[in-house]
Amino acid sequence: MIPRRDPAKRAVVVPQRAELTSWVIMRVTGALLIVLVGGHLAINLMTGHGVHSVDFAFVSGKWASPFWQVWDLLLLLAGLGHGANGMRTVINDYVRGDRARLTWKLVMGVVVAILVALGSLVIFTHDPCPHGAPADLLPSFCG
Amino acid sequence: MEITVKVRRVPEQEGASRSVVGAESSGEMAGAAQPRTGKARTSTAPGYWQTYHMEAKPTDRILDVLMALKSEQDGTLTFRRSCGHGICGSDAIRINGKNRLACKTLVKDLGPGRAITLEPLKGLPVVKDLVVDMEPFLAAYRSVLPYLIADTSTTPTTERLQSPQEHARFEKTTKCILCAACTTSCPVLWTNPDYTGPMAMVNAHRFVFDSRDVAAEERFAALSDGEGVWRCRTTFNCTEACPRDIPITEVIGELKRAMIAQAL
Ligand code: SF4
Ligand code: FES
Repeated sequence: MIPRRDPAKRAVVVPQRAELTSWVIMRVTGALLIVLVGGHLAINLMTGHGVHSVDFAFVSGKWASPFWQVWDLLLLLAGLGHGANGMRTVINDYVRGDRARLTWKLVMGVVVAILVALGSLVIFTHDPCPHGAPADLLPSFCG
Repeated sequence: MEITVKVRRVPEQEGASRSVVGAESSGEMAGAAQPRTGKARTSTAPGYWQTYHMEAKPTDRILDVLMALKSEQDGTLTFRRSCGHGICGSDAIRINGKNRLACKTLVKDLGPGRAITLEPLKGLPVVKDLVVDMEPFLAAYRSVLPYLIADTSTTPTTERLQSPQEHARFEKTTKCILCAACTTSCPVLWTNPDYTGPMAMVNAHRFVFDSRDVAAEERFAALSDGEGVWRCRTTFNCTEACPRDIPITEVIGELKRAMIAQAL
């Protein structure tokens, strides 16, 4: 029989929010990625000579501006966050056994951490005018 | 007309050792898989296909076919039915790979010239042949408190009235007949037997959006985190399977939105 609980004696329930938060983050980063990826593709591929103008000088020129540094950092974080969270749900759905699930999630976490570290390092320590490089390969502002 | 019917036969299984059908279509359900919570629900039921030939009218229901087979050809064939009119929810089975009610599916609905395949619902332990153990499904139902919990802080002196508009808010989810066609069509349930499943969400919606009910928060707690609404991958299998045409994926979406609104 189903025990009918006395509504007056209902337990105070604190709902858990982790999966709710993760679900919201997926929608927010998803929407953000449409803007960030769209803008990235538009600038890189549809202006000037399209993909042919993308070279060292082009990228260095972009990263000389804090605007594009922040843009690319957001792109990196939103992309990896969205992707990693998606992979986490796939692992939860399809990997069997608690140990195996934990292992895969740890491996993924480490890979994502390395990618975030490397990516931000490149964005913020990029030298647009490396010493001794031929001038025609460098952005115009390298005197 | 002459029809061929292939029925998945599973010998009777005792309570604890009951297992699910599904090995032939998805390898990951095989016996070697580790059940997540120690329940023996993801191992594969032993079984085989048995082929029958019989005469049937195009307008015969699959339930008529099953009853004719049982009375005329093979008395050991086991299935569940009660009303025969699509309202008791006891004869949901997999017909040609899709979850449907045997009493609401006609022979002519299934395309001519092809053998008709009948299998027990996937993801619930098989008791025998087409009969599955509904207990895990009903446990999920109980978890969302599927009954009206009204405000009893003051003694009501009149009826708890509700306007037609207020009723319209949850009308669609009052139609559920607990047939399990939705929950057992869900791939999330197939890989994770602890998933709460669409039926429990439909029945939570029934009370969460009822203007006379005050226990939405408790139902949200039952549907939150690990095995609740957030595990829904909007596959739409449930919506397609529901013999009562409940827009289940939309219902789950409404619950998600209400839960986010409540969290904010
Ligand atoms: S929601 Fe539809 S498919 Fe699911 S149990 Fe209810 S009637 Fe059956
Ligand atoms: S026998 Fe009652 S729903 Fe089919």
